[in-house]
Amino acid sequence: MNGTGAAIRADEPPAGAKTGLADAPQLPADRWRALEIVFWLAAFGAFFAFPNHRVLGSQILITGLFAVTLDLILGYAGIVSLGHAAFFGVGAYAAGVLAVHGWGEPVSGLVVAGAAGALIGYATSFLVVRGSDLARLMVTLGIGLMLFEVANQAAFITGGADGLSGVTMGKLFGTFAFDMRGSTAYLYSLAVLFLLFVAARRIVNSPFGLSLRGVRENVKRMPAIGAPVMRRLIAIYTVSAAMAGVAGGLLAQTTQFVGLDVFGFPRSADLMIMLVLGGAGRLYGGLVGTTVFMVAHHYLSDLNPIYWQFWLGLLLVVVVLFARGGILGALDGLRGRAPGKRT
Amino acid sequence: MIGNLIGVLFDGVAYGSLLFVISIGLSVTMGLMNFVNLAHGAFAMLGGYACVLLMTRAGVPFLASLPVAFVASALAGIVLERTLYQRLYKATHLDQVMFSIGLVFMSVAAATWFFGPSQQPVRLPDFLRGQVRVLGLDLGAYRIFLIGVVACITIALNLLLVKTRFGAQVRASVDNAVASAGLGINVNRVFGVTFALGSGLAGLGGGLGIDVLGLDPTFPLKYMVYFLLVVAIGGAGTIKGGLVAAMILGVCDVAGKYYVPQIGSFIIYVLMVTLMIVFPAGLYGRRA
Repeated sequence: MNGTGAAIRADEPPAGAKTGLADAPQLPADRWRALEIVFWLAAFGAFFAFPNHRVLGSQILITGLFAVTLDLILGYAGIVSLGHAAFFGVGAYAAGVLAVHGWGEPVSGLVVAGAAGALIGYATSFLVVRGSDLARLMVTLGIGLMLFEVANQAAFITGGADGLSGVTMGKLFGTFAFDMRGSTAYLYSLAVLFLLFVAARRIVNSPFGLSLRGVRENVKRMPAIGAPVMRRLIAIYTVSAAMAGVAGGLLAQTTQFVGLDVFGFPRSADLMIMLVLGGAGRLYGGLVGTTVFMVAHHYLSDLNPIYWQFWLGLLLVVVVLFARGGILGALDGLRGRAPGKRT
Repeated sequence: MIGNLIGVLFDGVAYGSLLFVISIGLSVTMGLMNFVNLAHGAFAMLGGYACVLLMTRAGVPFLASLPVAFVASALAGIVLERTLYQRLYKATHLDQVMFSIGLVFMSVAAATWFFGPSQQPVRLPDFLRGQVRVLGLDLGAYRIFLIGVVACITIALNLLLVKTRFGAQVRASVDNAVASAGLGINVNRVFGVTFALGSGLAGLGGGLGIDVLGLDPTFPLKYMVYFLLVVAIGGAGTIKGGLVAAMILGVCDVAGKYYVPQIGSFIIYVLMVTLMIVFPAGLYGRRA
């Protein structure tokens, strides 16, 4: 992808160069802001602050990673997908099956999970990138449902509806065993999330990432400035699928179980909700949305699940009608309205 | 063997007609307003529950409850269109998807709250039960009735769209909303009436379908794919496309579940992905 990105870079001033025009199009600032550093320190600090909630914490981190991968294709490239769980599930089963058959080393398991996600992502990207929003919606949905059926029928590999049990993980780096309290799981997930987040952040702030936004804003004009739209979309779709595969692998390794629900439509839909709730197209939106969503779900699950679903639906309608951009978008709006502050 | 095949074909057509009645409103509104509405099944569910409520609580006969299902869903449709949907016609497809998923969740939760999670019973009148022997084949009486009703609705819809002034306005608005507005057509009103009509037909289909599709609170989620498929495969905004797509879907789904039950609903998903790739704009789609 760097090869294609270089074509743009040649014509543009390097990032951060003074062009003399305040509004001249330039690459997004890549420097880490103070708030971002605080965010990641807080995520690390939560390990010590909530020692009894590390299992939930690791789930949030994994789902957060999954949300970031959806943000890459949805928030940046504008591909509306209702079947992103397909790659999550493929990664989960890849890591799970590997561990069941005696390969319990976690990091290489994740690599395999990512490769499996990338493979399926690349293969299906050709079907997804063409066509209108509606066609994409249907194709992604169809691929997700299809893989669900495959996993359901191939019970001799996946365990079918009973799920894949007997996943036994080795020690991380040969030293840290996965414990019941989720301490290893939390730090492991956090480390993987951080690494992949840095990669995703780098991608969206690169010329390549900028061209994705161009595709999102106007798919007809991008070819006119020489951007190969299909290739860009295929590239980001594959990257996103690979990362989603890693997220799935993480879940399989930390919970040591894979159920059919990893492929389920609710997982794709919930993910989209979390992303939109936090704010799509800004990477952190997925993490914030996931945290709010899952913490709320954790504490409201004592209530009747029907209530949860109703309020969730209402929340969605309200967010779409009145708070486009989600939580982070609303915060930005507040900050922009405050006197004396620059947006 | 041949009789068997014809039986499956017949069931498929009956199933397809049902899908057609429910989805045709979605197809027209999608073609008209370019609005991705995942909540269409909720209107069908509303119609179904209206039928059940009337039959069990008020003792209204099945056939008499169907028009009420139509009216109830049409009213709900117009109220929601005027208050909520209208604000989102210009929004991105993502916003529309999120908004309508929200509506689906709310409708599922509300239906569970009011009616409980179980399947609702339906009591068909005696003459619609059992089998009828036609040309040496045993065919379900209710399915014959279904096909008949849907044939009537299709003809009526076609006449409405082709022969009436309102139909001409709808067709003009589908083709080019801006130019139609410039010619003095109240496109806004056309949108509203069409949405109500589509929702009403969905409600009618929901009522008709209790015996075939079942009725429980997850109805809008369970059949969402099928309704969307009819539109996506047929091409938004055409009656002919919707009809053909619904028949293909109905026959393939029934045949797949009958002949190769072990791979379940896999066939329908393969069909869906294949058709979407070969015809990205639908069989009769006008938009490239």
